[in-house]
Amino acid sequence: MHVPDGMINLPVSAAAGVVAAGAVAASLRGARRELGSGPLAEGHGAERTAPLAGLVAAFIFAVQMLNFPVAAGTSGHLLGGALAAILVGPYTGVLCIAVVLLMQGILFADGGLTALGVNITVMGVVTVIVSYGIFRGLLRVLPRKRRSVTVSAFVAALVSVPAAAAAFTLLYAIGGTTDIPIGKVLTAMVGVHVLIGIGEAAITALTVGAVIAVRPDLVHGARGLAAPLKLRVDGELVDAPAPAAGPAVPVAARSPRGLLAAGLGTALLLAGVVSFYASANPDGLEKVAADKGIDKEVEEHAAADSPLADYGVKDISNARLSGGLAGMIGVGATVVVGSGIFYVVHRRRTTNAPGSSGPSASASASAEQA
Amino acid sequence: MGAGHAHKLYRHGHSPVHALPPHCKLAAVLCFVLVVVSTPREAVWAFGLYAVLLAGVAALARVPAGFLLRRMLIEVPFVAFAVLMPFVVPGDQVQFLGLSLSVPGLWGAWNVLAKGTLGVAASVLLASTTELRALLLGLQRLKLPPMLVQIASFMIRYGDVITDELRRMSIARRSRGFEARGVRHWGVLGKSAGALFIRSYERGERVHLAMMSRGYTGTMPVIDEMTASRAQWTSAAALPLSALAVCLLGWTLL
Repeated sequence: MHVPDGMINLPVSAAAGVVAAGAVAASLRGARRELGSGPLAEGHGAERTAPLAGLVAAFIFAVQMLNFPVAAGTSGHLLGGALAAILVGPYTGVLCIAVVLLMQGILFADGGLTALGVNITVMGVVTVIVSYGIFRGLLRVLPRKRRSVTVSAFVAALVSVPAAAAAFTLLYAIGGTTDIPIGKVLTAMVGVHVLIGIGEAAITALTVGAVIAVRPDLVHGARGLAAPLKLRVDGELVDAPAPAAGPAVPVAARSPRGLLAAGLGTALLLAGVVSFYASANPDGLEKVAADKGIDKEVEEHAAADSPLADYGVKDISNARLSGGLAGMIGVGATVVVGSGIFYVVHRRRTTNAPGSSGPSASASASAEQA
Repeated sequence: MGAGHAHKLYRHGHSPVHALPPHCKLAAVLCFVLVVVSTPREAVWAFGLYAVLLAGVAALARVPAGFLLRRMLIEVPFVAFAVLMPFVVPGDQVQFLGLSLSVPGLWGAWNVLAKGTLGVAASVLLASTTELRALLLGLQRLKLPPMLVQIASFMIRYGDVITDELRRMSIARRSRGFEARGVRHWGVLGKSAGALFIRSYERGERVHLAMMSRGYTGTMPVIDEMTASRAQWTSAAALPLSALAVCLLGWTLL
């Protein structure tokens, strides 16, 4: 999946390079925090980063060579983005994938030098953000058991691979050097990568399960699962005194507010401003439908009369302004509906288990923190 | 470390190309690829000239053609993608050997193939004439964040160790009669990957402690400060500058 030189034009490659550089810079700071936590590691975040992230990058590099036989003669290998994010955390994950891609580009000529930004953005940033987001989201909803971790890892890896393929298609749609109909690219890319994603998901889940069975403390995504240490004193179980200055505090204990605000801002910006520059031509599916006459039988959508029909606000005549406004309203509605669903599910999960209120309450509290 | 300290990617030599400081070479390769990518695809002869330029550098570095071509096999997967293009891109069709190919598709395939191949050849030349450690120092000289360079150097140093560990695990599995034949055996392979992660991570912790006990504070001291003279920069710039001339010619003659 390494993008070679000359496939994406220079402006888009440069823009992707800026995105990748920003992500790597943020990850350098975040990885220091992620790797600086743990029983042996207080205050050593900065100097632990290089050896640990380097060794994890070497691991990713090696595990990409581990061939998994699929059927008679064919085999696949792991891409590792989701695995890295779940095992060592999203920041370190992005950092390791970026370093692996950089070294592959310079040393093995795998992936073009001018396409390095595209490669890091698609395979590092998108994969890690999508997989880690899904992973955390599922862990919040599912019961707090080890099996949930492997199930979430499966789903996260499953979605992350086609998501990266879709991100590549998006970049190709903006800056591809050849006009392949985007619908076709998307179908081919996502179709193939759903298959790859199934393998990736199975192996990621198996690997995470294997690590969790031996060293659950090493799985970054499952840190909240560690049971509190109990001591048996005079035949009775009592809680062990908490070690000073809680090294067990999960790394991501910072408020997610900044992240949420940034994400919302980006979505609004994309919907409101960038969509001005999107192609006004029908997209691949609409075009195929129009060409083949499929759409003759399509009845007007029930909401066609709604104020947002065809992505424009009804009474605003400026096409760009109305498209942008519709995009922003759409983002707002999606956010409201999405967080509503999450809130309801979260409420139900915490109220469903009143009997075990102790662990469940603390669980939801730590989930809130995370 | 009994088998020599140079990586197998590097081809030892004493040519003028080997002697150039790494950051000059890195900058030259990057500029060269940038120029190649911004050349119009219709200027077919320009890509031929680029190939001649690269062949000249390879001859100067005394890198044999067979070595170069073998290393360039890495681009085979995307050649397959390029071959598909003439069949899926819509547009004017031409008949060739009884096949109906689209003209824009052929141009697209040519574009990706030519630029991609030149990029791969340039990177292969860079990696085979520059030692890995020198490349990393060059990246640092080019103002890549020192932390990133450190991570990359740890990855390069331990990459072979970890890969060997993977191979030893595979030998151990096979000597116990295991053979991975299909999806049923993924469980074992997944456990191997998990064990490999734990070993890598624990090795990282040990490396960190060992370095701490030798006075490591988070930064690597730079012992050999590399400098490049004006003459070295000039000779490194010969490749991208001549490529730039070809590119400009390509745009004007179009």
